[in-house]
Amino acid sequence: MPSVNRPTSTREDVRARRARQRWMGILARASTEELERSLPDPLPEGGYSLLRRPETGSVMLRGRAGGTGERFNLGEATLTRCTLRLPDGTTGFGYVMGRNPRHAELAALFDALLQLSERREHLMERVIEPLARQQEERRQAITARAATSKVDFFTMVRESGLGESGLGESGA
Amino acid sequence: MYVAVKGGEQAIEASLRLLDAERRGDPEVPELSLEQIKQQMTLAVDRVMSEGALFDRELAALAIKQARGDLIEAIFLLRAYRTTLPRLAVSAPLDTSRMTLKRRISAIFKDVPGGQVLGPTFDYSHRLLDFSLAELARDETPIEEELPPAEPLPDTMPRLVDILNQDGLIEQDFPDDTQRPVGDLTREPLPLPAGRDIRLQNLARGDEGFLLALGYSSQRGYGHVHPFAGEIRHGYVAVEIVPEELGFAVEIGEVDVTECHMVTQFTGSAEAPPQFTNGYGLTYGQGERKAMAMALVDRSLRAEELGEETTSPAQDQEFVLSHSDNVEASGFLQHLKLPHYVDFQSELALVRRLREEHDKARTKDRDQQDAAE
Repeated sequence: MPSVNRPTSTREDVRARRARQRWMGILARASTEELERSLPDPLPEGGYSLLRRPETGSVMLRGRAGGTGERFNLGEATLTRCTLRLPDGTTGFGYVMGRNPRHAELAALFDALLQLSERREHLMERVIEPLARQQEERRQAITARAATSKVDFFTMVRESGLGESGLGESGA
Repeated sequence: MYVAVKGGEQAIEASLRLLDAERRGDPEVPELSLEQIKQQMTLAVDRVMSEGALFDRELAALAIKQARGDLIEAIFLLRAYRTTLPRLAVSAPLDTSRMTLKRRISAIFKDVPGGQVLGPTFDYSHRLLDFSLAELARDETPIEEELPPAEPLPDTMPRLVDILNQDGLIEQDFPDDTQRPVGDLTREPLPLPAGRDIRLQNLARGDEGFLLALGYSSQRGYGHVHPFAGEIRHGYVAVEIVPEELGFAVEIGEVDVTECHMVTQFTGSAEAPPQFTNGYGLTYGQGERKAMAMALVDRSLRAEELGEETTSPAQDQEFVLSHSDNVEASGFLQHLKLPHYVDFQSELALVRRLREEHDKARTKDRDQQDAAE
């Protein structure tokens, strides 16, 4: 088993875990089509075996009262998970929102392949980083679009500066 | 008397076929696709996901199509589907301060840090029917060509209440007791009195119309709440879980939500100084009216905790929480259409007997009066 599957202790483990958390998030946010297109050709020798076939269920989403207070159950969302193993024993996990079994399977496959040191660099460069860039661009495009509707108040005379809280004293 | 209750299978079969035909409408008109509903009926989809308590745009669109646009029926369908799903995980609390914002406004501070970002809203529309929408082939210039370019917003935008908190002018949210289990209405019946966790879950699933009316009643004076829309924000937040096999947090995707903080003046109690208090609303999608109503009702339901007099329906936990669920309400109301032949027969016999007795008594009275005269 690769070190990232064991409880982490050393700095190296923490770094490996963080890297894995990052790519798992990127794989979950990617579309099935994007992952399908990025599949390595050829696939690893011996393929992979499903330890847990893609299974759809729910995840209970939680909020916090007031945004920072006690937890409460907001409602559920659909979630599909999959676990698979490469011939060398490396285990990959896919946890993705929605009901697409192929998405969960592909996420698990990439998760497994990314744990192989001989493949990691190539996959990061060719698959994960481009997806990360696209996702960041999409995110920025959303808020940039919203920012076009930001109110530009023109104040006749600005009487007081900002208070300690950073809030102006005068309301609208 | 017992009336035979068998029969009707053929009639029911035919009724279901009629329902299918009505749903489809004129076969000459192209059928609605789920993608069209998802893209162009977004707020209906949002409402069905919120009150159906299941975030899945495609399923909500399917439910709306199947229910012929009856949103409460669609919510029922989604709830029923939800019960077939095994619960695989529970998420970490959504961090709404790290939201990819589409809209963010405050009605109490003009110069709120980060600014007033209007986003897509009906607020400034003229509410005049737009007849250009009646035609299908319209000029479809990409929005980017019509809008001035702008810089993206910052990744993290502090919530206004967090800023007010620094001055101690608004109550701090109760710190979370991590040992305490979080109440779950999908697993247990409504406990009364209910903690705020249960109340917020109940309101999040609750009927928008019901909460709107209750919130409105509190504004009109039934329970004195004089609220301000401290902040409303809408956008995408990441969903994170800690799978047991992994033991560390992973993101599994994102959901879009609307969050509302209602700020209400509070004159203070023996324990608490005068300050502002908070009502909280959170919904899936752009459920702004619902989030605002939820926040008003959340605040109203805190009356007891804050030592306020509870005199009005919106402050009455049992009244609000027992009647907010439109699936339960609709089921109980509509069950009246089921055969009550036997019940009614017995009532009919009873009323007939009472009438006979009534008539007899009146005849007797009249005879006695006649005799007296």
